[in-house]
Order: sequence, then structure tokens, then C-alpha cells
Amino acid sequence: MKNSKLALTLLAAAIGLMGCGEEKKPAPKAEAPKEAAPPPSIEIKIGHVGPLTGGIAHLGKDNENGARLAIEEANAAKIKIDGKEAKFTLVAEDDQADPKVGTTVAQKLVDAKVAGIVGHLNSGTTIPASAIYNQAGLPVITGSATNPKLTEQGFKVVFRTVGRDDQQGPAIASYLADTKKPKLVAVIDDATAYGEGIANEVEKTLKAANIKVLPREKGTDKTTDWKAILTKVKGKKADAVFYGGMDATGGPLLKQGRELGLKAVFSFGDGACTDDMTKLAGAAADGLLCSQAGLPPQAADKKFLDAYKKKFNVEPILYAPFTYDGANLLIEAMKKANSADPVKYLPELAKSNYKGATGQISFDDKGDRKDAEMTIFTMKDGKLAPIAIIKSGKTTDYAEFMKMAAPVAAPAPAAEPAKEAAKQ
Amino acid sequence: MDIFVQQIINGLTLGAVYAIVALGYTMVYGIIQLINFAHGEVVMIGAMVAFTVINALAAAGLPPLAVVLIGAGCAIPVCMLVGYAMERMAYRPLRSAPRLAPLITAIGVSIILQHLAMLVWSRNVLAFPQIIPLTTYTFLGATITGVQITILGLCLAMMAGLALLVYRTRLGTAMRATAQNPQVARLMGVDVNRVIAATFIIGAGLGAVAGVMVGTYYGVAQYTMGSVLGLKAFAAAVLGGIGNIPGAMVGGLLLGVVEALGAGYIGDLTDLCRYGLGPAASCADGGHFVLFGSNYQDVFAFVVLILVLVFRPSGLLGERVGDRA
Repeated sequence: MKNSKLALTLLAAAIGLMGCGEEKKPAPKAEAPKEAAPPPSIEIKIGHVGPLTGGIAHLGKDNENGARLAIEEANAAKIKIDGKEAKFTLVAEDDQADPKVGTTVAQKLVDAKVAGIVGHLNSGTTIPASAIYNQAGLPVITGSATNPKLTEQGFKVVFRTVGRDDQQGPAIASYLADTKKPKLVAVIDDATAYGEGIANEVEKTLKAANIKVLPREKGTDKTTDWKAILTKVKGKKADAVFYGGMDATGGPLLKQGRELGLKAVFSFGDGACTDDMTKLAGAAADGLLCSQAGLPPQAADKKFLDAYKKKFNVEPILYAPFTYDGANLLIEAMKKANSADPVKYLPELAKSNYKGATGQISFDDKGDRKDAEMTIFTMKDGKLAPIAIIKSGKTTDYAEFMKMAAPVAAPAPAAEPAKEAAKQ
Repeated sequence: MDIFVQQIINGLTLGAVYAIVALGYTMVYGIIQLINFAHGEVVMIGAMVAFTVINALAAAGLPPLAVVLIGAGCAIPVCMLVGYAMERMAYRPLRSAPRLAPLITAIGVSIILQHLAMLVWSRNVLAFPQIIPLTTYTFLGATITGVQITILGLCLAMMAGLALLVYRTRLGTAMRATAQNPQVARLMGVDVNRVIAATFIIGAGLGAVAGVMVGTYYGVAQYTMGSVLGLKAFAAAVLGGIGNIPGAMVGGLLLGVVEALGAGYIGDLTDLCRYGLGPAASCADGGHFVLFGSNYQDVFAFVVLILVLVFRPSGLLGERVGDRA
């Protein structure tokens, strides 16, 4: 009696569960037979990490979109690896731009047995996470972490498709020194690995150009009140300010500087080189100078730009072309090695010579991109406009660069592939 | 000199905001000896609601002042409702519980509010539309903006209004009676629950105004903005003597000035090269070797908090009552 009751209950529960299961996934079922028909497929997981929440979630999403696009294109191309059809899936994780969360998420990806990682976004999260990937022997390509320390750790698995702060810092600093000729510069940072790193490089370059630099001022990555620091800067009569930090703090800094009547030129690294600066600082944003490692998104490959816009219905913001290339590099290396085993495809990755959306990519011994370009922007009528490209220490006017790059094609986005063709 | 005046002005603006927030802490503490750690989140919600309204109206072509006023007009009732709900649901059931229980509840409420705000307004930094034209005035060589003058003026007006309410109205008398002895106040016909609810509502309303001020002044709002602001305002309330309304005002203004002056001058004062103590390599050619930089700005509030708790637990204006604070 008891038993039969129990059995009945179980049966009922089982029916209930089956019902649920059936209801929930009609879609995969429809697809299933299609997958089963062709030769056996293998699932290759590629991880992506960036802040999907918090102050720079928009940039994290942008990075993720880049990687996602690459993976979907690879799936559409029906790549064969080891005789099997490769089915790439993106395991997207959120590190909240927090180093602690970054390492947790990194471990999670290692446990999920991903074949490689694109990310993270911030230097502060990528550096500690890279140790975990290194231990697991998993290749990681960042499209936006620019702190030199990342590739100076001697990890063989770490690569980046973007330039380094010690290239970006000198670029913006020398541009500032050459064009604005300041006598005294205030350098401020947000006390993060990224902010401090780029500020240090800027300070070094300015000092080498015999420009006086005030003792470093620091806020945090959450500071909104910069008035005390800016008042001090005003008191010292600095005629230029450099801030190493993100746009969420850089915007208020710029706005408050203008409120205080500070006439200095404001310059920023890539973290605050976004169109959001206008929203955050209002009219005060006009005339700022800032640098981005690499080329502006609008100078990326036109095919990429069109595909991105079509897929996500927005323009890429900042580093999407670089994470797109990062994911493609992983896939390309797997293809060449004919294996998704990190041990096998890592040597291929290191040897990469790949034409991506951001130009020709190859890596040096450390995993840094060879000959990375830097772009200097200014804010004009609420929009960032590129004004100069710096490549191997040489400054070229942006208009001239585009002209040189694309003698025939007029529109900016078409420039990059044309330039590559010219180089080869 | 003008730089010094400028730092004082910076500090007073910051301090005025601290003072208004501190009032919310101190009023509640004064009446039921509860440190309402969720008050910072009420301020944040005020800023968020104002953001939503101002953002929606920014393009409507109304005069900027009207837009901000409508924003505040929406934020105040919402925050009052939050304040009332908080009291009714989280604190009233614990009125007779040991004091630690409502304190922990307060922290819980704070976490809940913060994450609710995260769900509603996302985790992104929200940029207020820059609708208020920048007007600056020069005062003793220092620059002061129209927004700063408005903030300072509003704070003084609100403090005066609160003082009037507490010392000149029936509700104020009931509040003071409840603060002194709730049991006796009840015997005298004071509806203690209503008075306590009113205290929360008024505190939350003040918090809403502070939130709107912070949002429009700095131009950014984020769901986490309440925690540090709340802690600093709490430090200000303790500095002035928690439970003491004029104390909160003095404490807030003082703390703001201490922070601004600290951040402005600590770098120069701890520059070892000034005293001939720094390493020669970095001091050469007018170089600097700074021991403590402006990154210590946030530390001042808490150093002050510790000093007050160690040397004068009842605060600057607080009376010496053994078991409070």
C-alpha cells in the first residue's frame, strides 16, 4: 500500500518533469537531427571575460560582442578541426572589473574546460587572472588590457592584440609636449593598475622632454569629487593635466576643472577616450586630448564594421575589433594546429601572422603585438575625432594617414585593408 | 590665499551635503537610538529617481531650474515612502528587541535597497544631462558656481526649517518628548509610532534633497554612491555628537572642510624634499618626494571618526551621556 503510493507519486513527478522538459525545448529538438547528420562535431568552448556590470559595463559588452561575432562567423564557416566539424561556443563571464572576481571567474573558466580565453578588459583583472590561465596552460588574448606588466610576467600563454601603456603613455605625452608645449603638467591617476601604469609612462616621457611635472595626485576609481585636487593644480598654475583613469571618473574631473576656471589642456588615456565623456562632462569635454591603443574603431576593417552593426545594431565603442581579432586568432591557430588542445595550438598562436580587422597581427616573444599603432583623439562638438596616428615613434596627421593608407577609397573605414595591401 | 579660499568653498559645498545626510542619521538616532545604516541608500535612491525624471524631461524644453525642481519633487515623495516603508517593515517590529538586532536589520535594508536600485537602474554610472548652464562668480579670488551657491543656500534653509520644526511645532515637541522617554511620552498622549514614522519620513525627505544635489553637482549617479556618502555623513554626525541636530550640521560642514583642506595640502606638507629629508635623486632640480598624497582624501573622514570616538565619544556638541554613542 505504502509502496504503491510512493510509486504513484514518483510516477506523477516523473510525468510532470517529462512534460516540463518537452515543453521547454522545442527549438533544439528541431535542430538536433540536422547536427546529427553530418560527420561528428566537437564543441570548442572559448571564454570571454570583461565587466558586464558596473561603471564600464558598456565597454565590457562591446568587447564581448567582438568575440561573439568572431565565433558566430567561425560557426557559419563550418570549420573542420581534426576531421570533425567544430562548433564554437562563447562562455561569457562577468568580472565586474574587480581583480578578486576576475580570478574567481578565471578559475571557473579553467574548470569549465574552455580551450582559450579572450579577455579580460581591465589590466587590473587580467594580470592576476593570467597567473591562473598560465597554470592551466590556457592561452589568453586580451584586446584591451594595456598595462606592460601583463606580458612582462614571462607567461607563455598571454598575448595581446592591443598596444601597451608604455607605448600609449609616451604617445599621448609626446603629442601633448609637441603640440601644446606645456611648461608644467599635473599628472593624476585613479590608483588602479591601469591608471597608475599609464600615468607613470606619461610622467617619464614628459620629464624626458624637460617638462616639469607636479607630484602625482591620486583619487580612486570611484572618486566623484576632484575639486580639492584640481584647486591645488590650479594653484600651482599647471598648464596641462593628464588623468590616467576611466571615463566615469574622468568626466567629473574634467567638468570640475572647467568649473574652477582651470584653463589647462586636459588629456586622458584610452580609458577615458570614449564618447561618453561628453555626457559626463558636458560642454567641458570639448578640446580634450586622449589616446587609444590601436586604431579607432571606425578605422577597422569595413567588413567587420558592417557585420558588427548588422548583428548588434550598434557601432563598436572601443575595443571590439581587438577582441574580434583575439577570438579569430585563437580559432585560426586551432585550425592550423588541427586541434583545440591548448598544448598543440599554442605554438601556432605564438607564430600567428594574421590579417585581422585591426590590421596585420603578429606577436613578439613576450606576446605583445608587433608595431602597434596609437591614435590621438580630440573632442569636437561632442564627438571624438582622431587627429593623429603614432606608429613606431612617428606622428602622422590623421587625415594624412588616411590619405596615405587609402589613395583611392575615400571613406575612413575602408582605409585599413587598403593600407595593409600597400604594405605587403 | 585665493587657493585657500577656494578649498574652503569646495569643502563647504561637500560639507553641506554631508550635513544634510548626517541630519537623517542623527534625527533617527536621537529618537530611537538606532543607527539607520540604510540612510545612505535613501540618498542614492533620491539621486536615481531625480536622474530618471531629469533625463526624461531634459529634451522637453523646460527651463533647467524647473526640470531640477520637478526631479526633486518626484524624488522627495519616493524617498519618503522608502523611509516610511523601511521603518514600518524593518524597524518597528524590532522596537523592543535588543539594540543589536535593528542595527543588523539596518545593514540588511541597506543591502536590499542597493541591489534593488541595481536592478532598476543597472550597474552603470548614470550621467545626468548637463542642463544647468555654468555660471561662475568670483569671491575673494576664488571661483564659485551657481550650483554651489544653491547647494549652500538650500542647506542653510533646510537646517533652519528643521530647527523650526523641532523647536517650534507640536510635532517637534512630540519628537523631543519621545526622544527623552517614549513610555512617558505615550502616557502624555503622544502617538509614539506616528512620531517615529514622521522622523523617518522627514529624514528621508532631506536625504532625497541631498541625493538630487549630489547628482546635479557632480553629474553622475550610481547605485553604490550611497555607501561611502552614508559612511562619511555618519562620521559627520558622530563628529557633531550623534542625536544632536545642530551637531550634525556643524559636523558635516567641518568634515567637508577638513577633507578638502586635507586633500589640498597633505601632499605639500608631507613632501620630504621641503624639509631636506627626501632622497637626493628625486629631490634634485625641484623634484618632490611625497609621503602621503591626495589619495588619502577619503581617509580623513574616518580618521576623524576614530579620533572622536577615542577622545570625545559624545561628539563636539553632544552632551555627555554614558550609554549613547
